[in-house]
Amino acid sequence: MISILHNHDEHRPLASVQPAFFSDLNLDQIVAAITSLKPGYQLQSFFWTPLRDVETVYYRQEVFQDLEHEPVMMAIKAFAEGMGTVRRYLTMIDKLDVDYHKKGWFLEAVLVYCNTVDSLARNLDNLSLRSRGLVAFREYLKHYVRSSGYQSLAAEGQQVKQFLSAIRYCVIIESGSFKVKPYEDEVDYSLDIENTFKKFKQRDTSDEFLHLSKRNGMSHIEAKILDSVALLYPEPFTALDHFCRQHPQFLDQTIETFDREIQFYVAYLDFIADFKAQHLPFCYPRVSTTNKSIFVRDGFDLALAHTLRHNANIIVRNDFFLNDPERILVVTGPNQGGKTTFARMIGQAHYLASLGCPVPGRQAALFLADNIFTHFERTENLQNLRGKLEDDLLRIHDALAQATPNSVFILNEIFSSTTVQDALFLSKEIMARLIALDVLGVWVTFFDELASLSEKTVSMVASIDAADPARRTFKITRRPADGLAYAISLARTYGLTYEQLQERLS
Amino acid sequence: MMKVFLLHPDQDFDLSSPLPPLIDDVIRDLGLPILFEAMAQGDEFVLQVVRQVVLSSLTELTPILYRQDILKDCIRYPDVVRQLYQIPLAFLERKRKRWLWISSFRASPSSLLSGARELLEISLDLLRRLRQIADQHVSTFTSPGFRRFFTMIQHELDDEYLAQVEQHIQQLRFPQGVLLRAQLGKGNEGSDYVLCRPNNVGRNWLQRLFTAHTPVYSYTLHPRDDAGIQVLGELRDQGLARTASVVAQAAAHIEHFFEVLRRELAFYIGCLNLYRQLTQLDQPVTFPQPAPADERSCSCVGLYDVALALTMKTSVTGNDIAADGTSLLIVTGPNRGGKTVFLRSLGQAQMMMQCGMFVPAAAFQANLASALFTHFSREEDKTMVKGKFEEELARMSTIVDHLTPNAMLLLNEAFAATNEREGSEIAGQIVRALLDKKIKIYCVTHLSEFARSFIGKDNVLFLRAERLPDGRRTFKIKEGMPLETSYGADLYRKIFGVEITDS
Repeated sequence: MISILHNHDEHRPLASVQPAFFSDLNLDQIVAAITSLKPGYQLQSFFWTPLRDVETVYYRQEVFQDLEHEPVMMAIKAFAEGMGTVRRYLTMIDKLDVDYHKKGWFLEAVLVYCNTVDSLARNLDNLSLRSRGLVAFREYLKHYVRSSGYQSLAAEGQQVKQFLSAIRYCVIIESGSFKVKPYEDEVDYSLDIENTFKKFKQRDTSDEFLHLSKRNGMSHIEAKILDSVALLYPEPFTALDHFCRQHPQFLDQTIETFDREIQFYVAYLDFIADFKAQHLPFCYPRVSTTNKSIFVRDGFDLALAHTLRHNANIIVRNDFFLNDPERILVVTGPNQGGKTTFARMIGQAHYLASLGCPVPGRQAALFLADNIFTHFERTENLQNLRGKLEDDLLRIHDALAQATPNSVFILNEIFSSTTVQDALFLSKEIMARLIALDVLGVWVTFFDELASLSEKTVSMVASIDAADPARRTFKITRRPADGLAYAISLARTYGLTYEQLQERLS
Repeated sequence: MMKVFLLHPDQDFDLSSPLPPLIDDVIRDLGLPILFEAMAQGDEFVLQVVRQVVLSSLTELTPILYRQDILKDCIRYPDVVRQLYQIPLAFLERKRKRWLWISSFRASPSSLLSGARELLEISLDLLRRLRQIADQHVSTFTSPGFRRFFTMIQHELDDEYLAQVEQHIQQLRFPQGVLLRAQLGKGNEGSDYVLCRPNNVGRNWLQRLFTAHTPVYSYTLHPRDDAGIQVLGELRDQGLARTASVVAQAAAHIEHFFEVLRRELAFYIGCLNLYRQLTQLDQPVTFPQPAPADERSCSCVGLYDVALALTMKTSVTGNDIAADGTSLLIVTGPNRGGKTVFLRSLGQAQMMMQCGMFVPAAAFQANLASALFTHFSREEDKTMVKGKFEEELARMSTIVDHLTPNAMLLLNEAFAATNEREGSEIAGQIVRALLDKKIKIYCVTHLSEFARSFIGKDNVLFLRAERLPDGRRTFKIKEGMPLETSYGADLYRKIFGVEITDS
């Protein structure tokens, strides 16, 4: 069976829990936000299962790129909506009692299904698709809609529906009794009233004045009315009986699977759409399992962007690169300067790339790691400093034991629970091991010394606004750690010099 | 159509439209709350309306003159206008007494229908009273606004129409039962229930003969079939839904009409209230002559601070100035000399003119402003994180964000929070840049280096708070160049009661 998520049949089973580093990198927030957009599809496990081969990453990137074309996305969304309706109707039928009521909803489900499949087939046919995944599915769909089974399902369903909806009847409600009779051209009364009073209209009022209690199922009264209508007009109901006998099962397995799996893409693209609209860039990274030269231009922390989604334009974007033999970014600078965010961004980019997703940034090349290890400062357990240091070391040790040269490390202010002397010593030791292992990584620290330990380490610094040292720029730049630059007039800070005002008011 | 159009010649006034940016500063700096309260006289609704109308400045001449004409009619016939205002009030009062409202929340069509029908019922004689006033005064009022309004009432609410409304109110009781047309919707559920008039009403025996063989299935519910009775009621509701909604909308339309009438008249009621108070204080008011926004005009006779007059409950000093052609007005002079009061009176008159009101002066003309901003020095703010000077810069920067050509900016002791040289330099750069960008600036300042840097420049007028040779202030603002020295020493002397020698 073809899958829109994998280009070959043998793939690793889906994960049933989220990866260990998810909460350090705030990927749990991201995935929760993404999957909450599509609650019915159980998409989490797709987002918990990274890919290990470059080919499948590109297979998914192609599908994403096709879906970034508005018409393709619209076709898929219309399809998903239709399939959702079909499922809802079929579930509902089990709860109904009255025979013609059940059959009526069964007919609706078929009609929506055929309509949905038809328009997807027609829409995809008119679109130019590039991805292997969508092209293969389009082929499948083309054959399916031409099959005789499907053709007769669609045609007969239409016919029965036309029959039924041509019926008009009257109900006369009196106190404690009612009558059912054919409709005989009685005229509408509400139009009269509408005409009389429309001159008072000051603005458009909505029709939402009403609360109609709409009960589920069908009452014995409505059942009696329906029976009477069936007696008044027997032919359409006989046709309905026949149709239901002919087509007990009608859903296609491949189409159902596609419907779920494609939501992986739709959910992610929907999630990032807001940010794109606010001019935050996304790109399709080049990925490799061998080349450790990596970079991202204009990257950002997607979880932070989500938190600040209502004014994501204040999100600061950062660049980084590592060229051979560089492996580890050492980030220093003032507190609250955006260092942790920067480290998260790098971890997120690698993980999202390994799902085949577009990543935050204008351009990127990333390493398809076999694992990501994170170690972030935890605030709990402040009393037991010794225990904490021990715990830190144990965790690092475990990580180093599991890691291979193809792993990625994200370390954030570790060993803060001990003395500077201890911490520096330990940090140097760990760094030496990371260097020896030849892993890629980011290390946020206040030890400048770590940055210059080896040709594999690179210094990056959180910058400060020269005009206003109190204000953080959240820019992380590649340069040796330096002092702070001050001094520029306050007026300039507020954009109030003559020249600035000329500019601002033009 | 039943449109009130007493605040705009061609549209309703929107009570919820956003106010101009930074309006809270303008309100505070110009002392407008006192003006609003005087207009409202304790009426919350009038307060809300006058606030919104005064603050939503008009930027074109036509609608301003349109309101001026209407207000002149109001001042000529205050009793008629107050009578008119009673009509929507009476509607609201009746509605409140009967607990009538049209709510979207859990109203069944049957109850919605009966509520809406009652609303129509209580409106009927109010509409008739409105007609009567229109009939009486259509030819005595002279403003185009009122003439249009009265003519519209006469035309739309003619006798035939009012009779028709009355008839509907009777019919909507449905004494004969309910006939619904329906069809089969999704799942064969009955749908699109529409209330119809029965055919047999008014038919002759021959027509009835033809329909006699129509098959009819009749059912009578068991007397204890409560569920069945409820379902039947729900079906009836579905059938009445559209009609109920239509009648509810009709009632809502009438209610909206009364609301709009109340809202638009409330502004003029507020003006009448203010007019009465100012004339009782013997303070002059005049209808101003607005000039287009791209001209530079400002001249007045007896311009006074209306908030001050209302607070002191006495007549206050007015100023006469002739500043036509002026883009930058710089007011200097001693502390407590009436500079701020004068600046505020200019701002008030501008706001009042631009909402169509009379202004606190014997004569006033000025060009319209595309927007009005104030930058007044603030009392020390406890919550302030930044220094005072930075706070001033930040506030100015925010104003710049919103400036448009031909906007007006009132500066009161701006940038006095730093030393004079720095303050002058920054104020100078800002004012020069804003003048280049066609902003009109009225400026009260102590920064003499700043003030003197504009001596000899075009379109600049210098005013000075008067001080008599013996040191007394007259609170009059007159034409006069900035002096080198300020008068802070005077104040010091007065407060501390010490003699200091001038160097």
